Amino acid sequence: MSTGIGDAVKRKEDKRFTTGKGKYTDDVRNDNQAYAAFVRSPHAHARVTGIDASAALAMDGVIDVLNGAQLTGDGIGNIICGWAVTSKDGSPMNMGAWSALATEKVRYVGDAVAVVIAETQALARIAAEAVEVSYEQLSVAASIAAAMEADAPEIHENAPGNLIYDWEIGDEAATDAGLAGAAHVTTLDVINNRLSPNPMEPRSAVATYDDSEEQYTLYTTSQNPHVARLVLSAFYNVAPEHKLRVIAPDVGGGFGAKIYIYPEEITCLWASMKTNRSVKWTSDRSEAFLTDAHGRDHVTTAKMGFDSSGKIVGFKVDTLANLGAYMSLFSSSVPTYLYAPLLSGQYNIDNIHCNVRAYYSNTVPVDAYRGAGRPEATYLVERMMETAAREMGMDPAELRRRNFIQSFPHATPVLMEYDAGDFPTILKMAQSSADVAGFPARRAEAAARGKLRGIGYSTFIEACGIAPSKAVGSLGCGIGLWESAEVRVNPVGSIEILTGSHSHGQGHETTFAQIVSDRFGLPIENVSIVHGDTDKVQFGMGTYGSRSGPVGMTAVVKAMDKVEAKVKKIAAHALEASEDDIVIEGGEVKVTGTDKSMAWHEVGLAAYIAHNLPEGMEPGLKETAFFDPVNFSFPSGAFICEVEVDPDTGHTEIVQFTSADDFGTIINPMVVEGQVHGGVAQGIGQAMLEHVIYDEAGQLLTGSYMDYTMPRAADLPFYDVSHHSTPSPNNPLGIKGCGEAGAIGAPPAVINAITDAIGSNDLEMPATPQAVWRAIQANSSPLAAE
Amino acid sequence: MTKITLKVNGKTVSGDAPDETLLSVFLRENLRLTGTHVGCDTSQCGACVVHVDGKSVKSCSTLAVSLEGAEVTTIEGLANGGLHPMQVAFNDNHGLQCGFCTPGMIMTGVDMVNRYKTEGTELTSEAIRAELEGNICRCTGYHNIVKSIEDAAAKM
Repeated sequence: MSTGIGDAVKRKEDKRFTTGKGKYTDDVRNDNQAYAAFVRSPHAHARVTGIDASAALAMDGVIDVLNGAQLTGDGIGNIICGWAVTSKDGSPMNMGAWSALATEKVRYVGDAVAVVIAETQALARIAAEAVEVSYEQLSVAASIAAAMEADAPEIHENAPGNLIYDWEIGDEAATDAGLAGAAHVTTLDVINNRLSPNPMEPRSAVATYDDSEEQYTLYTTSQNPHVARLVLSAFYNVAPEHKLRVIAPDVGGGFGAKIYIYPEEITCLWASMKTNRSVKWTSDRSEAFLTDAHGRDHVTTAKMGFDSSGKIVGFKVDTLANLGAYMSLFSSSVPTYLYAPLLSGQYNIDNIHCNVRAYYSNTVPVDAYRGAGRPEATYLVERMMETAAREMGMDPAELRRRNFIQSFPHATPVLMEYDAGDFPTILKMAQSSADVAGFPARRAEAAARGKLRGIGYSTFIEACGIAPSKAVGSLGCGIGLWESAEVRVNPVGSIEILTGSHSHGQGHETTFAQIVSDRFGLPIENVSIVHGDTDKVQFGMGTYGSRSGPVGMTAVVKAMDKVEAKVKKIAAHALEASEDDIVIEGGEVKVTGTDKSMAWHEVGLAAYIAHNLPEGMEPGLKETAFFDPVNFSFPSGAFICEVEVDPDTGHTEIVQFTSADDFGTIINPMVVEGQVHGGVAQGIGQAMLEHVIYDEAGQLLTGSYMDYTMPRAADLPFYDVSHHSTPSPNNPLGIKGCGEAGAIGAPPAVINAITDAIGSNDLEMPATPQAVWRAIQANSSPLAAE
Repeated sequence: MTKITLKVNGKTVSGDAPDETLLSVFLRENLRLTGTHVGCDTSQCGACVVHVDGKSVKSCSTLAVSLEGAEVTTIEGLANGGLHPMQVAFNDNHGLQCGFCTPGMIMTGVDMVNRYKTEGTELTSEAIRAELEGNICRCTGYHNIVKSIEDAAAKM
């Protein structure tokens, strides 16, 4: 079976997962293992006036109880946000101090105040309950609206009015002028509901300090272990980088929540040094809901103007973003640079202006969750298009088509230069797969059964492959976003690929091996992928933003280019031929047009034996490359959702979900379709089921799977997935990235379908049966009765 | 502490554990069978499903001490040496991504297929979705998990 680019190769990594042999962080247990349990604030906003750990310390098996004063006293630094966003008046963002263990104040329910280290996990938890913390409660702002009140409590002293930044992009005067001259203006208020990412593996850390070497080892559930090591070293002063090894072994899903460096990892490392024990902490699900960074939580008002032909003449957006109690690692970039530059969607719009104000609140920090900013932009743009089409009496697909960008590259008025795409074709594909022509008959048939049937579109674009280092640096990002790879050809010809990308479900052990198998014609079994260990891979930026394909794989290609060049030199010398005549095919290194050849492994052996290398050539066959992308990549797609609503109960069933995507070059269609399935499921979850709710006192009401509705098998349909590829010109493989498309495109398709079914646009996510039923009841439109 | 003796994956094993020890903890910590995962604390996610005397059980909500003498099968013991058709089907149909929910999905899938076969009832895709009520996956959107179980059912 062929195992090259484009082949649906079955995953190499599956055997260990299907037989229970996967090695996740919580599976690690060291000889001197101790366990951490955190003492967490039950209040959303309070002054800490005292910590009495005497009862806990008196318990048999409790090793120590440590607090924030000790942590900061030992020089452990504050947690920082790594992307500096500047307000429109030129002032820097107002970043408040965040200590891994709170010192003077707690700012959300779950904020860690102290940590108990004990001989067993159960004992640590019991002892944590026995630590008595005295609090002086302060008034609470647990939502954007509350944080904006004139008499709102001050959450951080350096953020007056709880405002973190007031940022804008685009030309406001030109946009206002466009709207003033519009034949029709659609106004829309939307809320992008707050979500919890919920990877199935809870976060975990096992930190071990070796005092003989002054060396730390951290096993952790990370999407980017090198970034974790850099930040732990450079900002939190835990240990110098060369004395800190970070290993992210098998990681059970990430979806953004495992990008950030959290208080628990910092505390476990420090506690390991303090107690001279290996310290392990594993979150339970309730703790995950309280402390994993949440996603979304925007409130937006927008206006879009059209001329008499339906052409967009202006788009003005005003967004409020809730960033929670502290600024998490990339939190500032999500509602700004990962959001507003996508407001042009698939459309040719001359004038866009977006204003974003970000606020603190007494809730857990908010940061990137699958899609990160792009789902929020897409939800707004695609609900706007559907709503405008209904208001103007136009076919929503036709309105989109009239505004589609048709030529590439295309520069938008909001920073981006789109690389390649074919929006009319993917829309047509989706319409054909979804049998849009047959929809009126299906609607009539459903009506005969007393059901309301609706159809909704989402034609979306995303920016992936994050990102050109210089470009993001100019926008305030504190790191470069290149990727590294090392290709090691062993003397027997087998190949190890060391990559800075990390796989936590994406299947890199298979797909990265495919590009090597394809390039050199080697069996995929002869290629192994090494990742997730800072002692093995020198540096890398990790996996998020659908970047492992367009950026991570490209680094491998660049390193393979160098390997190929050396292989050709070695073979040309050994075969007494010109380097230009050497070709590599099917595991053979041949002189073209002759019968002279060497087997791949013979070249590998020659490189290491070094008896007969060209004059001056170094022995060995190992090459490294760092790839810094020249642009984002821009995957696009057309989703069509069809629903049936029971008007008596509001219960909504997705009866058909169609996806047509342009991911550029596809390495493994099976894996790519799996990414679409999972992304769409999370998008449907946002649209219909999921919602993080805090009450006014800042208590989390959705703190378990009994309260927060995760999509289950019976909630979801089979998905119809098809592809039409326009390769990205910005990387040699032409990859655009596929990890986030589903979560970005699905929510508006679902809501557009439900609002079509019930004949009312007054519906927010999640469209629970209760919400849909209420919308039906509130709606006096005759459409509802059709 | 109570001495607990079970037959796990065909072998008689025993260990001392406090009475409140959950089966999931006994398997993971006492026996170091870490293929059984814990993904929640409310008996909702099903990552911890094992078979007790041939029936699927959530090991996170079962006291180990209550199972004295029972036969327990975990993901590690599902197949003797080779692979169970359900394990093969998950690989063939790309029924897993991060792998964390997978042991529970496979153990639930095997139990489901066995029950329907015993009852002589057809295991439709709708029935599979309904039977997966107690198992949560965040990666796959369930599409390929349902396909995997359908495929395995035809081969078991």
